[in-house]
Amino acid sequence: MFQLEIQLIAVVTAGACALLGSFLILRRVAMMSDVISHAILPGIVVAFFITEDLASPLLIIGAALTGVLTVALVEVLERTRLVREDAAMGFVFPVLFSIGVILIAQFAGEVHLDVDAVLLGELAFAPFNRFTWGGTDLGPQALWLMGGIFVVDILFVLLFFKELKLTTFDAGLASALGFMPAALHYGLMTLVSVTAVGAFDAVGSILVVALMIGPPAAAYLLTDRLGVLLVLSVGLGAASAVGGYWIARALDASIAGSMAGAIGLVFAFVFLAAPKRGVVAVLRRRRLQRWDVGQKMLTVHLLHHEGTPAEPRESRVAHLHEHVRWTPAFARGVVSRAERSGLVVRQDGTLHLTDVGRTVAQKAMVE
Amino acid sequence: MILDLFTDYTLRTVALGVIALGITSGALGTFAVLRRQSLLGDAISHAALPGVALAFLLTGSKAPLVLVVGAALAGWIATLLITSIVRLSRIKYDTALGLILSVFFGVGLVLLTFVQRSGSASQAGLDQFLFGQAAALVEQDVVTMAVLGGLALLVMLLFWKEFKLVSFDADFGQSLGLGMRMVDVLLTSLLVVAIVIGLQTVGVVLMSAILVAPAAAARQWSNHLGRVVAIAGGFGALAGLAGALVSSRAAHIPTGPTIVLAAGLIVGMSLVFAPNRGLAWRSVRRWQNRQKLQVRIVLANLYALSQHHQNPHHPHPIATIVSASADQASVPFNLRVLADLGWVRETAPGTWALTEEGLTEARTELTPQNSY
Repeated sequence: MFQLEIQLIAVVTAGACALLGSFLILRRVAMMSDVISHAILPGIVVAFFITEDLASPLLIIGAALTGVLTVALVEVLERTRLVREDAAMGFVFPVLFSIGVILIAQFAGEVHLDVDAVLLGELAFAPFNRFTWGGTDLGPQALWLMGGIFVVDILFVLLFFKELKLTTFDAGLASALGFMPAALHYGLMTLVSVTAVGAFDAVGSILVVALMIGPPAAAYLLTDRLGVLLVLSVGLGAASAVGGYWIARALDASIAGSMAGAIGLVFAFVFLAAPKRGVVAVLRRRRLQRWDVGQKMLTVHLLHHEGTPAEPRESRVAHLHEHVRWTPAFARGVVSRAERSGLVVRQDGTLHLTDVGRTVAQKAMVE
Repeated sequence: MILDLFTDYTLRTVALGVIALGITSGALGTFAVLRRQSLLGDAISHAALPGVALAFLLTGSKAPLVLVVGAALAGWIATLLITSIVRLSRIKYDTALGLILSVFFGVGLVLLTFVQRSGSASQAGLDQFLFGQAAALVEQDVVTMAVLGGLALLVMLLFWKEFKLVSFDADFGQSLGLGMRMVDVLLTSLLVVAIVIGLQTVGVVLMSAILVAPAAAARQWSNHLGRVVAIAGGFGALAGLAGALVSSRAAHIPTGPTIVLAAGLIVGMSLVFAPNRGLAWRSVRRWQNRQKLQVRIVLANLYALSQHHQNPHHPHPIATIVSASADQASVPFNLRVLADLGWVRETAPGTWALTEEGLTEARTELTPQNSY
């Protein structure tokens, strides 16, 4: 029972993170997930001191406020034009995180909240906090919390799909059309903060980053359509969450860490093997293009000297690489490929264009 | 408080350690900030975790040098992966940073669970790398930090010209036939060194601030690379010292976060008070400019009024001058400023006229400078 619940929590957490993370990576503010997930600590701590309850909704409000404040602070710093955005991000979140850590240390004896828990989370304990209503056990609190956040995220994306799409891909046009990209940006960042605080309880603030960035990054290599990207990210996120859970079981290791590891594996696989944008496909395409260009060059070279006195010398197979400045191996490869595709024929060690080859050469020169 | 530095052995050790760290990371962080790679430090420090855990698992030793080598290797591999991902696919730099950072850290956590299960007594110190524990620094750590940091700074000085070039105009450097790729790798490797010597002291999360904050602050005080690097080193040392002193004095104040707060404070002060660039200076200058402009406008108005008369020195009552001005409240004050400059004079109480100098000044002012 607990096993299933843990996996369910992991899946909704991963789904919520991946959905919003897609927009973060498309807007090139992926590192905002890192910044926000750390910077919300003081907000959480203050709210926790007030309520003394880790599941209180006030924590979410505190975190959301701090998250938006952080985004605004980075923007204000950048606006002064005294520091660049990346530098502002680089020191704002550690400063806020430090305030949180010092606050916790000050009251360490009195409250139960430690930095380990915030930073690393512990999914295995999540099902122990039950949500009961009128004496009936309705399941773990974390599941309700994360499920609720996931639903809010989905509603936000569905309601503002058009606006999000436009502001993400063409902010200038969006503001010219009166769509208020800034307002939407802050809306998105508020939800990122809310999602991060909901998720840190389960997976910790650093792995929130993995969940937000990893699955969308992999999906980004698989599709060019925003809708498909969102669905794929959520799917890949959920799959890595479940996969990570079983890896953790097998190794008897940290669940959150294994989930991040699984995300890494999924990304690595997609990065290498994606049909169009994977490294293997890209390198293969580059190699094919090289051979293709080589064959075209060969036909043009032969056509150029066809019927001239230099023809016998220029078209000899053995010395071809000297005339076109190829390596001997590449020249051999090009010739045998050109022979196989019927562009040239070999007679007594010299090459002659076929009709097909001549057409190819003429076309290549026009291009 | 300062005196404790000379009498309290623990405090002295900690302070020396964090000062060495502050100087190294402040100076090297400057290059990262200038190259818009401020967040690379954050990524490297997180990515170092699996290296630390693996080094311990393989050697069973937690000597600082062993762990530092493991951390450096992992950090270096992470940097390599980040650049390869960006080069070989359409994934953007920020995405690659976040991905590698979090995945490496996750793998590090998994490895840490193995370390904990191995149950050896010496594993206790590894948690330091997560959150840092400056108070636990011992002499051996400080010596390691100082030697590695000193070496890194030495290499920085040796390759100063190349680093300067790669930071400001890498394309030009490449065109000169200097291997900018190698320089880039070397500079990043030095950054890795600075980071790994800081991990034990301030932990993975806060390391980013120790690199970026001193540089961002120092940048406000000078436009000269050498000076910025030196000032950043100084600020790093200052933040470290302040953190060590404050946390030694008050109970329940961890050193790492205090250092970061001190660094943040230095940034805030620099942004406001740094000469020329600072916000305070900027608004003072803006106010001065506005003042100067207001004074000129009053002079121009008086000149325009005097054009209606045969005598350009015709006196005008202040009410007339006020009614000709947009910003009416400041007219009396501005007239007095003009009088101090000798450009107007009060002929009778409440009546003002242009002087000879004032007339010349107004004419040159109002004559078009460029004639077409």
